[in-house]
Amino acid sequence: MRFSAWQVLKEGLTGNRGWGAHWRDPEPKPAYDVIIIGGGGHGLATAYYLAKEHGITNVAVLEKGYIGGGNVGRNTTIVRANYGLPGNSEFYSHSLKLWEGLEADLNYNVMHSQRGIINLFHSDGARDAAARRGNAMINQGDDAVLLDREGVRAMLPFLDYDNIRFPVYGGLYHARGGTARHDAVAWGFARGADRRGVDLIQNCEVTGIDIEQGRVTGVQTTRGAIKAKKVAMVAAGRSGQVAAMAGMRLPIESHILQAFVTEGLKPCLDTVVTFGMGHFYISQSDKGGLVFGGDLDFYASYAARGNLPQAEHVMEAAMTLMPMIGKARVLRSWGGIMDMSPDGSPIIDTTHIDGLFLNCGWCYGGFKAVPGSGHVTAHLIATGRPHAAATKYRLDRFATGIGLMDEEGTGSQHNLH
Amino acid sequence: MRITCPYCGTRDLREFSYRGAASDLERPDAEAPPEEWHAYLHLRDNPAGVTRDLWYHEMGCASWLVVTRNTVTHEILACDLARDVALKAREAKR
Repeated sequence: MRFSAWQVLKEGLTGNRGWGAHWRDPEPKPAYDVIIIGGGGHGLATAYYLAKEHGITNVAVLEKGYIGGGNVGRNTTIVRANYGLPGNSEFYSHSLKLWEGLEADLNYNVMHSQRGIINLFHSDGARDAAARRGNAMINQGDDAVLLDREGVRAMLPFLDYDNIRFPVYGGLYHARGGTARHDAVAWGFARGADRRGVDLIQNCEVTGIDIEQGRVTGVQTTRGAIKAKKVAMVAAGRSGQVAAMAGMRLPIESHILQAFVTEGLKPCLDTVVTFGMGHFYISQSDKGGLVFGGDLDFYASYAARGNLPQAEHVMEAAMTLMPMIGKARVLRSWGGIMDMSPDGSPIIDTTHIDGLFLNCGWCYGGFKAVPGSGHVTAHLIATGRPHAAATKYRLDRFATGIGLMDEEGTGSQHNLH
Repeated sequence: MRITCPYCGTRDLREFSYRGAASDLERPDAEAPPEEWHAYLHLRDNPAGVTRDLWYHEMGCASWLVVTRNTVTHEILACDLARDVALKAREAKR
């Protein structure tokens, strides 16, 4: 069924009995052209673009849980393209352009809202760094405006401008940034892939990757063996376990990142605000909850929940930046599992095994990358060559030291990002 | 998460800072091939389950500790002085 205003009207008048399932629930076939391990945002987007851009529709997405149940539903839904380094810059720019046409492309309301992002700064040096980053964004063809203190105040009157430690000097405003509804992104790509013939197979955990003479031949799963000449590992959050089945060790350490949401409030925050010095960022969801988070807990974890010291730190940062948040009550918190790479940038590449592809290392930037990552990974699988927007996400950059993308300038070893 | 330091007893997580996998103690020789250094610096087993990692008791006795921990449940299983672990490994090598 195609979604349209007419369809909504018709269903509304006839008791909403005509809406069907958004995708099929097929049994796995014995063989496919391409198997994608992982039915998260990136895996679903990869399958969608394989079918749409390359006409490869004999594809299975194998998901050990259910669609939308992993990290794609455990983030804070921010979409942006405000990176400074070559490699990241063109990739996130590419992804943002795909976001801008995504709803029409998928015929699905992903509630993409370009409400803008303001990255605050609190010193002259940080202003210079923000100006440099803004110029890099403009050179990439994206947008950036350097706001002074009064410019920020006009948009966000409720911040604590005269905080003794972090007085607000201004902010870098990225108007095309914003948010989207994360579940709908998963559902939209799932529906789009399914309609083009991709089999989405849920409750199907991959338990082995079959390799013969340096070539991948298929996978073993909890629902039987499935053959394929091409297999893509797109399982950020569990990348290490999946790659281990192919005998690979990855430059990845999994960390926990917590997020929080308050009770639903009337509209009070119409943009995304980041307070880098306090490791804090916040937006308001369309349902009214203030959605916010901070930095990693900073220890390896797969628990999908964090510890209280980091929760306390995030609350302190929230109170430091916008004291009005003290009136709101926190409804719930959760954790996402981050594939942390040594330089803080992702990996999209072939591997030393023919036909085996790797997409991992999204650190805390995975959600905004979903369309871009799927698009370029599909290109890599279909053509064997990296897409022009993702030439620098090489797996071997850590071994060679060439092409490291350390966006924060903190180094390219584990536990620095 | 509370960590039981061999010197200080069970202490709050905030007193400790995390360094990474305990494989950091197994530093290759200076003359080791680049592949070995790459594996040491970058590649990780990254287990979902029991792992061993290095923590520094910064706000306590300033000891480096090897903590055996479950990454899925956050259960702490053991905590040893990194010095003892490293010395034992050196003995075993001989």
